[in-house]
Amino acid sequence: MPSITDDAWRRTDIRGLRWPELKASRSHSASANGLSAVPARLLRPLVGGEHGGQLVINRGKVVERNLAASLRRKGVIFTDFLTATRQHSALLRKYLGKSVPASQGKFAAMAACLADQGVFVYVPRGVKVELPLHSVIWADAPAQFSRLVVVAEADSALTFVHELASQTQRQHAVHVGTVEVYAGRNANLQFIELQSLGQNVWHFAHERSRVQRDGKLDWIFSAIGSRLTKNFCEIDLVEKGAWGRMSGFYFAEGDQHLDHDTQQNHHAEHTTSDLLFKGALRDRSRSVWQGMIYVAPGAQKTDGYQANRNLVLSKQARADSIPGLEILADDVRCTHGATIGQLEMEHMFYLMSRGMPEAEARRVLVDGFFDPVMERIPFEGVRERLKRVIAQKMG
Amino acid sequence: MSAVLEIRNLHVSVEGKEILKGVNLVVKQGEIHALMGPNGTGKSTLSNTLMGHPHYVVTSGQVIMDGVDLLELGVDERSRMGLFLAFQYPVAIPGVTVANFLRTAINARLRAVDPKSKGMPIPAFRKLLKERMDTLQMSHDFAGRYLNEGFSGGEKKRAEILQLATLEPTIAIMDETDSGLDIDALRIVADGINKLVGPKLGVLIITHYQRMLNYIKPDKVHIMMGGRIVESGGPDLALQLEAQGYEWVRERYAEAAA
Repeated sequence: MPSITDDAWRRTDIRGLRWPELKASRSHSASANGLSAVPARLLRPLVGGEHGGQLVINRGKVVERNLAASLRRKGVIFTDFLTATRQHSALLRKYLGKSVPASQGKFAAMAACLADQGVFVYVPRGVKVELPLHSVIWADAPAQFSRLVVVAEADSALTFVHELASQTQRQHAVHVGTVEVYAGRNANLQFIELQSLGQNVWHFAHERSRVQRDGKLDWIFSAIGSRLTKNFCEIDLVEKGAWGRMSGFYFAEGDQHLDHDTQQNHHAEHTTSDLLFKGALRDRSRSVWQGMIYVAPGAQKTDGYQANRNLVLSKQARADSIPGLEILADDVRCTHGATIGQLEMEHMFYLMSRGMPEAEARRVLVDGFFDPVMERIPFEGVRERLKRVIAQKMG
Repeated sequence: MSAVLEIRNLHVSVEGKEILKGVNLVVKQGEIHALMGPNGTGKSTLSNTLMGHPHYVVTSGQVIMDGVDLLELGVDERSRMGLFLAFQYPVAIPGVTVANFLRTAINARLRAVDPKSKGMPIPAFRKLLKERMDTLQMSHDFAGRYLNEGFSGGEKKRAEILQLATLEPTIAIMDETDSGLDIDALRIVADGINKLVGPKLGVLIITHYQRMLNYIKPDKVHIMMGGRIVESGGPDLALQLEAQGYEWVRERYAEAAA
């Protein structure tokens, strides 16, 4: 297992995870007694009023799978991982493990060996999926391993919302996943990931996207749940004109520990990346963000931006923010920023002087803090969901 | 019943140093008072103390409004009692639009009266805000901007007046509202205040210069020196200061100024 002597794990200590507990409970869960129902709130469309398709997986079992007939006819595939391995194995093999090989790390290897669930989305060349696709993994079992493969071929368009969620339970649980995303030439992909795992779950993920010539990937992350999250999120802009935007929202409370390790790789000239991760922390929670913009030799005229902003709401909470640049081309524009702040007394005084009680004033300031990342989320339903999370976490 | 703000023998310290040394002043709804004085005499200490800024420590005295000692109340409660402070240096509130801010403030006030209140309906609020912006000759796109972020000096002061116009307090303190404004901006801001003054609003204008009083006619003028109000009179007093400066006040109250 990785330990705090490994560079990427220096600030995230996983010695507290009780592996034997997981082993015992994994065999127990095979009997699948007492499936808890997936909450209805997770099944409602977050983007627009309806879905083009929905896939719901509960403890590894597919409980709902539908895709509009019109999309099926155009060759769109939207199915669970195990079905994909049987029915679309040749196609799946073209992408699976290519961005995130098992050699990436212990957890990538674990997911590769043990994956028992996941999602495969495939949009053929030139197909525009008008209605969003929505998948939910309800990860309520003690140990779960998932793989996601999302492919938008050249000239296609897709909005895909993926939820990873579970109820908080007493026993330790683990979810390990890989996410691989491909945006082909001139494809337009919007990918929204909402993680609201129970606060007993240790969540490890390797996510990597590849964007080709003039392709666009708008990638949104929200991390609300889990006991601990270690998420490697990486984007590769591999051809001229590739564009990638990564927007992250996190809010940690209690003993939560949320660690995002982001990497923006500019492999070609005239590529653009724009990352903004914003997080708030209360109680004794912790966050880590470690970011890197890499510009390969010859990747001239690239434009890279990364910013991480943290709002620390209690004395015991702590945020670490480590930006990084590695630039091997000379005609580029790369900027970064990292801030860790608190609610300021002068701001509180100003709001309260207009009649807002203290709790309300705090909530307004926290909402305001998150506004720049909300502005980047072009979906009212997602914004509303995140605003409710803020209100709940502000209690 | 009209509102009255009554300051009784107010003593205030900042970081252990006494700044206000027994201030007495009564401002009634419908009256316009000007509080003048050189820099460093405690004018802003008075306004911040009245609003309840935690930095200022009241060592003795009372501030009575509608029969209640304001000093016993929290900042938000004072506001909901009808007190308003137009800040000298309004802070920028990133991510919070003018409209969102004002609606939250109005709804907080409604909920303080009726905890079950659902707040002002959005269409009614929009109408109110537009009316007030029109009165103050403000462009409507102001409502969608983040409060005070990137605002010019004049815009900040107008945003304060817009808040005053929307929240409808009974007593408003204008802390150096004229500072940092060029003559055109000053006229716009003063016009705005003039549209709001009347029997329902009592105003305490705190200013260093007489120039704002060319636009807003005070009923009473007070001079502050060394943490006390040393002279009170009619509008002529302001003109006298304009003509002669503060030197004669300093000489007359050498002891207070020391």
